Amino acid sequence: MSIRANMLLGAVAAAALVGGSAFSAHAADTVKIGLILPMTGGQASTGKQIDNAVKLYMKQHGDTVAGKKVEVILKDDAAVPDNTKRLAQELIVNDKVNIIAGFGITPAAFAAAPLATQAKVPEVVMAAGTSIITEKSPYIVRTSFTLGQSSTIIGDWAVKNGIKKVATLTSDYAPGNDALKFFKEHFTKGGGQIVEEVKVPLANPDFAPFLQRMKDAKPDAMFVFVPAGQGGNFMKQYAERGLDKSGIKVIGPGDVMDDDLLNNMGDAALGAVTAHIYSADHQSKENKEFLAAYEKAYNQRPGFMAVGGYDGIHLIYAALQKTGGKADGDSLIAAMKGMKWESPRGPISIDPETRDIVQNVYIRKVEKKNGQLWNVEFETFKDVKDPGKTKK
Amino acid sequence: MTTLLTILFDGVAYGMLLFVLACGLAVTLGLMNFVNLAHGAFAVAGGYVCAVLVNQSGWPFFAALPLAFVASALIGVVFERGLYRHLYTRGHLDQVLFSIGLVFMAVAAVDYIMGSSRVFIKLPAVLDGQIDFFGVGIGRYRLMIIVICGLLTLGLQLILSRTRFGSRLRASVDDPRAASGLGINVPQVFALTFAFGCGLAGLGGALSAEILGLDPYFPLKFMIYFLIVVTVGGSSSITGPFLASLLLGIGDVAGKYYVPKLGPFIIYAIMIVILIWRPNGLFGRTAAR
Repeated sequence: MSIRANMLLGAVAAAALVGGSAFSAHAADTVKIGLILPMTGGQASTGKQIDNAVKLYMKQHGDTVAGKKVEVILKDDAAVPDNTKRLAQELIVNDKVNIIAGFGITPAAFAAAPLATQAKVPEVVMAAGTSIITEKSPYIVRTSFTLGQSSTIIGDWAVKNGIKKVATLTSDYAPGNDALKFFKEHFTKGGGQIVEEVKVPLANPDFAPFLQRMKDAKPDAMFVFVPAGQGGNFMKQYAERGLDKSGIKVIGPGDVMDDDLLNNMGDAALGAVTAHIYSADHQSKENKEFLAAYEKAYNQRPGFMAVGGYDGIHLIYAALQKTGGKADGDSLIAAMKGMKWESPRGPISIDPETRDIVQNVYIRKVEKKNGQLWNVEFETFKDVKDPGKTKK
Repeated sequence: MTTLLTILFDGVAYGMLLFVLACGLAVTLGLMNFVNLAHGAFAVAGGYVCAVLVNQSGWPFFAALPLAFVASALIGVVFERGLYRHLYTRGHLDQVLFSIGLVFMAVAAVDYIMGSSRVFIKLPAVLDGQIDFFGVGIGRYRLMIIVICGLLTLGLQLILSRTRFGSRLRASVDDPRAASGLGINVPQVFALTFAFGCGLAGLGGALSAEILGLDPYFPLKFMIYFLIVVTVGGSSSITGPFLASLLLGIGDVAGKYYVPKLGPFIIYAIMIVILIWRPNGLFGRTAAR
């Protein structure tokens, strides 16, 4: 018994020694990033886009920064917050990652926040778009967008462009409610009127009855937010019901016109006006290169989720460069604050106060170019901060 | 008034679609007494076959629809002979565990082969838009669904009640031992029935891409709807599921239109009320078998 216990102890000690020394030798020259994304389940397209973008960036820029080797550990949380929390814990405790990143949906970003705070590990949010996320931990930085950014802008734009009556159709969950709240605030303040307000269940099979309600309300335009992925179905049924012909325009944050689905929507999408942070049609050298490289590598058009991932990994690279390879949480966060760069979506920066992204919001209209549908940008609102925080 | 008719029309179309998707399940559950939760996987197979044929091989939509049926039916035969057959005599729990496992495998396989984003089938221009019929908006695509599904239901009812195969099937179900004693090849009858049910699901999957959205998670997302149709309708005939589908379709669409706040729950409320009133479903027989 005692011999056995001794042997066991010895083995544990030896393992700890080996493990420990291996780790310290490792830690000196490797920076590990735990990438937690929904790679399966209903949000899988978000996860795949971000994963693709991160891989693409590392292929283009190499995997060494400031003398450190960058290693990405991809984990699939299937957009279930409990999984996110467990995976984040494993990554931080077992794999000793320096940064956690990804987070396809808002609850996932929330679930990891307390861990980021406790372990002082930066959490780079590459997708989730509810305003309040960055307030959940001083170690959260966001490179995607907030729904307030695009929703307030489209509200202001609608008022200025003679749209008086709007019916709203939004998915009934946090980002949808955020979008609705911010739009309503800005639109009604400018004198607009909401004639009908419908919240659609998140797992909604058929839009028909809701669209019929929109049609009967006879608004000038309908404000739509559905999560990335559902936009295609929505637009098809919008056309089927003849709403395009009855002169009811679609406006909204750009999620509904996600670039990776746009081409499948058919001509019904033509003329839809949305405000968003990224269009694959954005006219800049950076975007042209990004678009060409992404299409070449994955045979698919990148959407705004891909850009969120691309900028997220860039931010990590740039921060490491700035700290000269120092990879502890506080130095990295300090380096990320105020960081400015030219992204494929346009000029962006990280607000040093809120650690949230500051970026241009573009008003775009769906048009046909060379037989393909594109969100063509025609108006720019510069350096938009998250309205959820500027108010306070 | 015209709005009411439009809503009714949409509801009927939605109900018909549910029926085609779920009636195969009613057959396997009610007639063969097999709990097959993987039914939606056959629907997805049909949907993707149709999508690939139309979008990538350039087949006309109406030619691809029958192929969706055939492909799913063939897959059904293979699975029935290879896998399901061994579980007929096992308990329901085994059947549930087996078929739910099959669902997860199907989801992963489709995700791997076809990708996780939604797939649309390119429709011919004839099916686009609405016809204005005295002020009532009639969606062309939905009209087509009603016509196809209506004919199918009629055909099914005739096959079951009038043909020799129908009577063999009913005999095999009522008393498999006596039926095989009379020289009916019971396993063959079951295999054919199973395949036919899968084929219908495949057709339903192809038709539903436009309305419900087709992605690898379809079998999981809509499993609950199929089960509601079968429980509410009772699983002893196809009339029950048919009426249940219509009721649920119309209830769902009308509920979402008139009380959008409660809309999504209406379908469950209908189910609960009916099951309290008739625990075996509208046309259920007592659970003797």
